[in-house]
Amino acid sequence: MLFQGSAVFSALIVLALFGFLVYFTLPLFSEGQFTELFSWHWRPFHGEFGILPMIVGTVLLAISAMLIAYPVGLGICLFIHGLGPTWLVRPVLFLVYGMTGIPTVIYGFVAVFLLVPLLRTTLAHGTGFSLLAASLTLSILVLPTIVLLINTQLQQIVPRLRLTTEALGISRIHELTRISLPSASYGLLAAAILGFGRAVGDTLIALMVAGNAAQIPGTAFDSIRTLTAHIALVVATDSQSTIYHSLFAAGLILFMTTTTVNLLLHQIRRRSSREGQSA
Amino acid sequence: MRKLFDIFIYSWVWISTLAVFSTVICLLWFLLSRGLPTFGKELFFGQASVWEAITGQVRVWDALWPACVGTLSLVFLAALMAVPLGISSGIYLACFAENPFKRILSLSVELLAGTPSIIMGLFGFALILFLRNTFFPDANTSLLLAASCLALLILPYLIFTTQAALESLTDEYRLIGPSLGLSQLQTIFHIFLPASGRGILGGVILSLGRAAEDTAVIMLTGVIANAGLPHGLFGKFEALPFRIFYLAAEYQTPAELNSAYGTALVLLCLTGLLYGGALALHKTLEWQWNQH
Repeated sequence: MLFQGSAVFSALIVLALFGFLVYFTLPLFSEGQFTELFSWHWRPFHGEFGILPMIVGTVLLAISAMLIAYPVGLGICLFIHGLGPTWLVRPVLFLVYGMTGIPTVIYGFVAVFLLVPLLRTTLAHGTGFSLLAASLTLSILVLPTIVLLINTQLQQIVPRLRLTTEALGISRIHELTRISLPSASYGLLAAAILGFGRAVGDTLIALMVAGNAAQIPGTAFDSIRTLTAHIALVVATDSQSTIYHSLFAAGLILFMTTTTVNLLLHQIRRRSSREGQSA
Repeated sequence: MRKLFDIFIYSWVWISTLAVFSTVICLLWFLLSRGLPTFGKELFFGQASVWEAITGQVRVWDALWPACVGTLSLVFLAALMAVPLGISSGIYLACFAENPFKRILSLSVELLAGTPSIIMGLFGFALILFLRNTFFPDANTSLLLAASCLALLILPYLIFTTQAALESLTDEYRLIGPSLGLSQLQTIFHIFLPASGRGILGGVILSLGRAAEDTAVIMLTGVIANAGLPHGLFGKFEALPFRIFYLAAEYQTPAELNSAYGTALVLLCLTGLLYGGALALHKTLEWQWNQH
């Protein structure tokens, strides 16, 4: 039957993606290049194809972007739910929705011509294409995800509590920090996980702003290269088959990371719906 | 002590909100102030005359026209593949699937939604390598391949929005069909789909916006900087987001940089229109529900 067929087809796509990545990574195992893959040097012309620097770069960038975006996103949610003036609530929500519609490449583009020169001149350190620039830009990209997730959950909790807490004379701040936020724990967790997944999966910002040097950064002002940017760069520049295997290994690592993130998220959603909160 | 805590929380909340507000305003102001002055015939068609460029008689150099056509054909082709598949999968999940099976299907669609776009691009690229080694030694990345990979990217959105639109129908709608003696298919086509049409359409528009803005997928599947108008389904092509990316990294002259600002503004307008349209549809939907 048509409907069932298309649903099954759609569901099988993920398996196909996984299958292709594994199929193209397999030669690495049989040809014993596996240890080469997990080395600290990417020097394709010397036959060294280590992707560890890219893994470190990806993790560093995602974590630092989340460290910026999460507190800010949480702050905006508290602003929406009672700590900001009521007449500003709709404009702020509109802004956050609007941000989801801005293409990633535009964030990257504006960062290249606005943020990077700013960092270059104020810090007087290197070119400005750095971990810091990329994490600032990426934090703007993942912010709407965080805000909208936490907001959805607070929307179900706050209105129920407000009358009671007002009657008890509890202040807004007290209500939000001691009652609402603790009972929104699933939403808070889901936002952190989903935001992290988004940050890991982003290609364009890392590619445009992070500088793409395959190295371990010493400071936040150093250049990094992420797995996603690595894939894009290698496809664009090289055409040797030995490099391709490491490319698919990078893809496989990325895929397994985001899949783990989504499975976690799925578990959280199920548990929260069982306990009567919906994340 | 208590007072200090309050002050800390209030300043954190206000600083966060104002920082994001001013960042977005800065971004828009920057793009508008640099991009608007470049708008004109020159930006879209370069030195070529408008009519000759549109009919494809002359090649357009250093201008947006080929990229616009490329992006439009990409979005159109991707929608052509993904929309029927997405909507019918959504219908199945909402109206037919039973629970253990339904949960597995939904989970794998969720996983697809969470997969980074570059992985879809890599999949397309791998597919070409695979075809070259097996059946078609001449296989190469092309418009059709890029559109298919984009279709994978937007498919989960289509499924989710269709499913959500159908599942949010009230019980009244569910009872109409059986009470009139309609079969399940007739109920779906004559009652459910018309009633949830707006929600589904909103999802379709949103997914078009997603397809128009994505760069990582097409970067690996056949977009190049100076392809001109797309040469059929198996040719290379240009696209707006890639043009922005390319010019930001490789611009040589101030004129090219200006053209990049113009391109960015055009893309922003395009996605803004699509997202705005989807949002407007959503609003009228909520309004309609509140009337009941």
